[in-house]
Amino acid sequence: MSPAIRVVGLSKRFGKVEAVRGISFEVARGATCALLGGNGAGKTSTLSMLLGILLPTAGHVSVLGEDIARHRYRVLSRMNFTSPYVDLPKRLTVEENLKVFARLYGVLRMRERLAELVERLEIGEFLRRPYGTLSAGQRTRVSIAKALLNEPEALLLDEPTASLDPDVGDRVRAQLAEYQRHAGATLLIASHNMPEVERMCSAVLMMRAGRIVDRGSPGELIARYGRRTMEEVFLDVARSTGPAGARDADRATTA
Amino acid sequence: MSPAALSLRRIYAMVLRHLYLLRKSWVRVVEMAYWPTMQMVLWGFIAQFLATNSSWVAQAPGVLVSALLLWEILFRGQLGLALSFIEELYSRNLGHLFASPLRPLELVASMVCVSLVRTLIGVGTAAALAWFLYAVSIFDLGLPLVAFFANLLVTGWGVGLMVAALVMRHGLAAENLAWGAIFVAAPLSGIYYPVGVLPPWLQAVAWWLPTSHVFEGMRAVLIGRTFLWHELWNAIGLNVVYLVVGAGMFLASFEGARKRGTLVQIGE
Repeated sequence: MSPAIRVVGLSKRFGKVEAVRGISFEVARGATCALLGGNGAGKTSTLSMLLGILLPTAGHVSVLGEDIARHRYRVLSRMNFTSPYVDLPKRLTVEENLKVFARLYGVLRMRERLAELVERLEIGEFLRRPYGTLSAGQRTRVSIAKALLNEPEALLLDEPTASLDPDVGDRVRAQLAEYQRHAGATLLIASHNMPEVERMCSAVLMMRAGRIVDRGSPGELIARYGRRTMEEVFLDVARSTGPAGARDADRATTA
Repeated sequence: MSPAALSLRRIYAMVLRHLYLLRKSWVRVVEMAYWPTMQMVLWGFIAQFLATNSSWVAQAPGVLVSALLLWEILFRGQLGLALSFIEELYSRNLGHLFASPLRPLELVASMVCVSLVRTLIGVGTAAALAWFLYAVSIFDLGLPLVAFFANLLVTGWGVGLMVAALVMRHGLAAENLAWGAIFVAAPLSGIYYPVGVLPPWLQAVAWWLPTSHVFEGMRAVLIGRTFLWHELWNAIGLNVVYLVVGAGMFLASFEGARKRGTLVQIGE
């Protein structure tokens, strides 16, 4: 079976800035993989190219066996995403927003699906409030509900728990993990949250300055860098003190 | 706080913030001169025409009100479409929309529908008011009203798509075009006066606007009690061109936004 996500030689240049520099990787179906890196590492650009809302300068992307450049619309209904860089209409209520996107994604049995998500993500108390009146944490939960509406086979999450308090963040992570297990979905998570990565992800792609500088499971990376936590590994990579050869990690391997 | 405590430095900083923005946006600069120029030109021609042809209006007292209502169809049609798109920018929702299976042309179709609804609400209210205040019913135009309505709406959609394309390209700096773009056509369309009033070189330009043919047709119905089929066909032909150009510009702008990565961060 083809990998859920396959990226070969992907680059993106914005004028003189090279945001993503020829990265290659694969994510196996059903895996939860993290894109880890500091600000400006190229994580969001990479996710945007996987969704087809950003055109690469060079390279190839396929998701769920479909070439994104040529057959994007075949696969978008089987994917979904959340990002702190996009929002939902603020004057619409949470329920109205979810109904609009349920229709955009062609969700069958919409009422049942909405009821299920409302219960799981505990968004019932503000379901009829305008989205614009919600707190940042509540908005994040609604975005995740929107991302799970169509029971996506590939779910791309950009900083999914960035604005949640530890308790709600923990419950959202549990929900995402439960969804992943139940649906056998592939999750690609761009994150700064190291405990989140350690807890949820079986594979990690470390990015810096548009390149993948290292990869492996959290355990492998911790052992390779001789550290105790992913946070320490992250700091090593961010400060360029990784092991020799780490820069050669830009090769296509299945995460 | 006393007025003396106001900081000129901070005030200048905020002025500078807008000057920075203005320097980067020719759209905002053009918009500043736009309204006064257009209003002056439009009403200048009206005044010029009425000065020598006041008996013409007396022949058909409903002409000006009907013209105004038909103009509103065009304006509301264009505005309704452009504002539907701008709403998505205000909401920072474009990323969600275009990462969904929604295709750009589906978005266009939805904006056209919303525009139709907005136009019916806006013009319907105005038409009712015209009947109530002036005893002028736009339905006196009879069946030709359907042709005029459809043509003006399609012109509005074509221009609305061009505006949406510019907004997608230049961000909310181009937002004011939504309110003003259609007024370029106002002086040339012969809304309140025949196109023949214009200088010959402007007439040559005017006949490239579908609206000129519609308003000539309207006057022929209201004053001459005749329906000019050639004006209808001219308007339809030009509208096809406007709609294709508008849709083409929108799609090209969408592809440009995908290249620049602005779908998820478009703003001012």
